[in-house]
Amino acid sequence: MEIKQTALAGTLESSDIQIMLSKGTDGITIDLESDVEKQFGDQIRKVITDTLAEFDIDNGKVKAVDKGALDCVIKARTIAVAQRALQTQDQPAWEAF
Amino acid sequence: MAETEERLRRTMMFVPGNNPAMVKDAGIYGADSIMFDLEDAVSMAEKDAARALVYEALKSQDYGNAELVVRINGDDTPYYHNDIKAMVKAGIDVIRLPKTETADMIKTLEADVLAAEKEFGREEGSTHLMAAIESAKGVLNAPAIAAASDRMIGIALSAEDYTTDMKTHRYPDGAELEFARNMVLHAARAAGIAAFDTVFTNMDDTEGFYRETRYIHQLGFDGKSLVNPRQIAMVNEVYQPTAKEIANAKNVINAIEEARIKGSGVISMNGQMVDRPVVLRAQRVMRLAKASHLVDEEGNTIEK
Amino acid sequence: MKNNVNRELPDDVMAALDYKPYETTNIGNPDIQRVAPSVHVQTGDDKLVDSIEDVVKATVKDGMTISFHHHFRNGDFVFNKVMRVIIDAGIKNLTLAPSSLTGVMNDMVIEAIKAGTVTNITSSGMRGSLGDFVSHGNLKNPVIFRSHGDRARAIEHGDIKIDVAFLGVPNADKLGNANGMDGKAVFGSLGYALMDAQYANKVVLLTDNLMPYPNTPASIKQTQVDYVVQVDQVGDPDKIGSGATRFTKDPKELKIASTVNDVIVNSPYFKDGFSFQTGSGGAALAVTRYLRQAMIDNKIKASFALGGITKPTTDLLKEGLIDRVMDVQDFDKGAADSMHTNPKQQEIDASWYADPDNKGAMVDQLDVVILSALEIDTKFNVNVMTGSDGVIRGAVGGHQDAATAKLTIISAPLVRGRIATVVPDVTTVVTPGDSIDVLVTEYGIAINPKRKDLQESLGHLAGVPVYTIDELQKMAAAKVGTPKPLEFTDRTVALVEYRDGSVIDAIHEVKD
Repeated sequence: MEIKQTALAGTLESSDIQIMLSKGTDGITIDLESDVEKQFGDQIRKVITDTLAEFDIDNGKVKAVDKGALDCVIKARTIAVAQRALQTQDQPAWEAF
Repeated sequence: MAETEERLRRTMMFVPGNNPAMVKDAGIYGADSIMFDLEDAVSMAEKDAARALVYEALKSQDYGNAELVVRINGDDTPYYHNDIKAMVKAGIDVIRLPKTETADMIKTLEADVLAAEKEFGREEGSTHLMAAIESAKGVLNAPAIAAASDRMIGIALSAEDYTTDMKTHRYPDGAELEFARNMVLHAARAAGIAAFDTVFTNMDDTEGFYRETRYIHQLGFDGKSLVNPRQIAMVNEVYQPTAKEIANAKNVINAIEEARIKGSGVISMNGQMVDRPVVLRAQRVMRLAKASHLVDEEGNTIEK
Repeated sequence: MKNNVNRELPDDVMAALDYKPYETTNIGNPDIQRVAPSVHVQTGDDKLVDSIEDVVKATVKDGMTISFHHHFRNGDFVFNKVMRVIIDAGIKNLTLAPSSLTGVMNDMVIEAIKAGTVTNITSSGMRGSLGDFVSHGNLKNPVIFRSHGDRARAIEHGDIKIDVAFLGVPNADKLGNANGMDGKAVFGSLGYALMDAQYANKVVLLTDNLMPYPNTPASIKQTQVDYVVQVDQVGDPDKIGSGATRFTKDPKELKIASTVNDVIVNSPYFKDGFSFQTGSGGAALAVTRYLRQAMIDNKIKASFALGGITKPTTDLLKEGLIDRVMDVQDFDKGAADSMHTNPKQQEIDASWYADPDNKGAMVDQLDVVILSALEIDTKFNVNVMTGSDGVIRGAVGGHQDAATAKLTIISAPLVRGRIATVVPDVTTVVTPGDSIDVLVTEYGIAINPKRKDLQESLGHLAGVPVYTIDELQKMAAAKVGTPKPLEFTDRTVALVEYRDGSVIDAIHEVKD
């Protein structure tokens, strides 16, 4: 699916992750900032990439600032930002949930 | 009435639905029920995000034995249908409808929930419902609302909106809530479901919180809605039965057991017949005593 | 070689520094010999010196060991004033042996290392930019981390031979009689600095408050002091207080604190005349408040409270719920003021507090202690030194020492953000699992299987689920996932001593 607009989801509070998703042409690129980058950076990127794939988003730029979010939070924020970028938040893609 | 076995619902802890730290930790405080809030605690711009967050948390986090409740957005909002679908798909125990004013609103909700259960392959009838009463109309219709569906497990008074509707506000003595509390409580009892009292928000007024909790305990409420985990221990303390109540309840339970062994249909204690209300009260006291860790699973008193 | 907590230690470094691997928490009854400082005889009439420059010129030479105390914590001005002069004087190859290093000292230490002024460090801990700097291999020789009790032991043994101690005090007379209680930048107990005053060859006091002679009560005595330097300000009173002094409202911290209280109250040690140590931080203060209520409810009084002291503890003293406070440092002004006014609050030095090679230390008499942890592993070993990224960001403090208590409780959340506290193996072992009795988390407790007696008394508490430590570790892993293992180089950047002077773990350079 084509990203229609740059979108943002999540906050900079502890245990949250803020994700910005904008148009891209070079697959999914992820710019990640996290205190747990060393231990969990790969896992965070994987959750974001897998969730975007559920929305058939193949191209997009992700900027994520992680504050120690668990996988379920990362997935929820990615769902939110994807729906906002696709402007489909009123018709949730239930298969991605 | 949705269940045969009555469960304890002393504490229903509100958790803002868009706060990952609080959603993640909601299970550690020992609340009987956890209520994730998609309504008032979430701003319009974050409704979609909160829905996704609560969904993913419900699917992945272990909340132990707590009953899991979600307060969805009202049927006059664009979020209502998606909230229902997401929460039914997530396998929530109870959906709480805010600002309930008529039995029809519950009947509509029931139909919407049933449709969602069918859509997502969830067992039909497994999603329970409860109603929050927040207006004069809701209070007057409370008996019909409480009895509107077999899925109903409870009815709660929400005093902030209600007092506004009544052109008053909350006072320390709670006189302004007297009628509503009794209506909600009677509606619940008549329908055989649970009654929840409203929140108490001033965390600095411990004495006021205890006063209000003792009062609603005396009236007969199952429990109270809570805004802070620190209130859980205080409510449980108020609902904790006394040693005398436990001793008495044990005697009743023993008498039942004796009658069962004898094969007698009549339960008697100290030469007097024990009737059904006494039995029910004794069973509830023992449930509370177990939950308060005053007796063990077999009903033996735990030495302190 | 491996030591008794299964830590691989670097043979070359161990041999070069003549270290033994850690074996046991049992100190035994060895006969030991303490050292004494050299004394330059004088009548004391010429101790007052005009400038730090003059006293540095007179005392500090290349290759010496110099020391400081950290009682001013992040309000310290003395360290940076003195180190500035030492660096500018071009002095090289010093060993820095402070009681600990606080954040306000970091930039100066890094500058001193880069200039070659400091080539060795021993400390209780280090944090922030300095911990990062050392963890990235920027100090040639390994840092030696010692507990407060171990530092006292090392000084008494001569393992740390202090040539010059620079000790900031909020008051002193011209001969060097001083205490920590009067003046602007007061911090109360001089506990750690008393070791330096007693054992350093040269003792230099720095003060902003010259008192008429003789100045009493004197914690540091004129018989110990060589020089007194008057400076404009020794510290910032507003930054001396450390950590939270307010009662926490965080429900998770309160939950843990209330469970800690349940564990104490239901242990065999909670009886009239018991003793305890709580430390600082929001959760510790909350424990003190719960404990107060439990003591009142059960009509139990404590014989003493020990260690670093906070106002909630001195309030219990005032209330008569504690009979004595044995005070090695004060974490807030309330506790410091109380030492001034309450004769039942006794200033103790680090040796009296915690030195294992002793004719009896206070920690040996301690019943209950509550300690924190960055990590605790399934062998109950505790790390308070390195972060989840492997970087130095902590301090041994009194952790190893106080853990000798009869009931040692570790109070820590199961997970912090996405970092598990309960792990299969801690990054750095600081306190051996043999010292630890109970772990308290927000989900429940784990009891060291070696303590069968505690399994009995704490195994069935109301509302306190008991897990094995392995179960708690698995719960934590289920929440956060499995982290990628940290990567280190072979280079040893620090050694952590056990309190008996053996090596309990080595810290390696992080690979980025």
